[in-house]
Amino acid sequence: MSFLPFAIAIWIFLVGLYGVVTSHHLVHLVICLSVVQSSTYLLLLGIGYRTNGAASIFVDIPPNTKAVDPVVKALTLTDVVVGAAVTALLLALAVQAQKRFGTLDPDELDPLRD
Amino acid sequence: MSPGEGPARRRDSEISLATRRRLFLVSGAVLAALMTWALAGMPAFGDYHGIYGLLLNRVAVPQEHATNVITAVNFDYRGFDTLGEEFILFAAVLGLALILRERRDEEEGPPDDDAVGRQVSGASVAVRLITVALVGPTVLLAGYIIAHGAITPGGGFQGGVIAATALLFVYLGGEYLALRRIRPLPLVEITKATGAAGFVLIGIAGLIWGVAFLDNWLPKGTPGDVFSAGTMQLLSVAVGFEITGGFVLILSEFLDQTIVLRRRRGVRSG
Amino acid sequence: MTVLQIVALALVAVGAPAVVAARDPLRQAFVASFYGLLLGVLFFAFAAPDVALSSIVIGSVALPTIILLALAKIGDKDS
Repeated sequence: MSFLPFAIAIWIFLVGLYGVVTSHHLVHLVICLSVVQSSTYLLLLGIGYRTNGAASIFVDIPPNTKAVDPVVKALTLTDVVVGAAVTALLLALAVQAQKRFGTLDPDELDPLRD
Repeated sequence: MSPGEGPARRRDSEISLATRRRLFLVSGAVLAALMTWALAGMPAFGDYHGIYGLLLNRVAVPQEHATNVITAVNFDYRGFDTLGEEFILFAAVLGLALILRERRDEEEGPPDDDAVGRQVSGASVAVRLITVALVGPTVLLAGYIIAHGAITPGGGFQGGVIAATALLFVYLGGEYLALRRIRPLPLVEITKATGAAGFVLIGIAGLIWGVAFLDNWLPKGTPGDVFSAGTMQLLSVAVGFEITGGFVLILSEFLDQTIVLRRRRGVRSG
Repeated sequence: MTVLQIVALALVAVGAPAVVAARDPLRQAFVASFYGLLLGVLFFAFAAPDVALSSIVIGSVALPTIILLALAKIGDKDS
């Protein structure tokens, strides 16, 4: 039972990867990529968790209470925001691909064409 | 190779969807097995052993006078990593702006509608009222979250995105062209660059002062006060500026694409 | 593990295939928005409130907006 978060992280990773591999639309592919990214957030937070630990914010609890690891939370936090910007960049690439090649199907985008 | 022959050859040598799916199932199963084996060797969930994290929890409050240890990690202990992440965001937005800029065969114009002769209608009165009413509190909330980042959950990253959504309210409620007057593009770019540069400059100021780069050199007050954590607050504000500028730039580039850039009549691109 | 964590994990485990299975990008944007909210609940159950805040703001607001705008541009191409 204590392996459950990691198992779910693996499951989400594979599901997102399946979406990327069998996608027919570039935008769908980019969103599935962001699902794969979310599995890494889950993995990171799962590593840093301590049973019955509180959040690492000591405004209203005394500083020696058991708290979860702050480093992985900091990493995940910046990750989420920056990941969204990178997803936006990928979507801009998709828009330009549509303009340039006229199609959004990854199967039809032959890199040697034109 | 003649044009008629090209697509037929391409389809023959292409892997079909069914083959791809089967291939993925096999390799996915192998990957799942390997990952499960790797993760099974880790300590059980909830049984965290890392020394660094435990030490930080104990040491951060007395040392930095900041009660939000995560912000302390982001902006002080691992401020250098945050600098790197910030520049990833900067580069991503830069790339996006480059890709979506106005091309030679496009021109600017008022929004079109598909039906001939009908102009794009503005938003209804109810939508306008609600969005205008919500802009002020959202900006205030964003400022609060940025300023209190060192004390309660929050910080520059979250507050910056919230501030960007405040601008989205203006777009939803009003005419897009009016929005462009409120949000001139050079101002947004200056905001974003100020944020990114501000982060580095605060770190360098520490160097000039005589301590390490990005060290926390401002006087610290008592924990729990708003202005208690030294350079962390300033760095939080700098990051907030950069993220707001970045996301507003992303949204405006896409909006420009959708609404303003139109193909010049009669000229087709390659 | 508390019941809340198990329920949150189960919801996320169901939400991820839902995002992938929504093949039409327009529908997928909204499913992804809801998935961001589910992730936020999960992060909150893992005692990480600021990560949850980040996930809710980004995954439920900023990301679907960007997706919708990109779709509008793509769909509008033949003008």
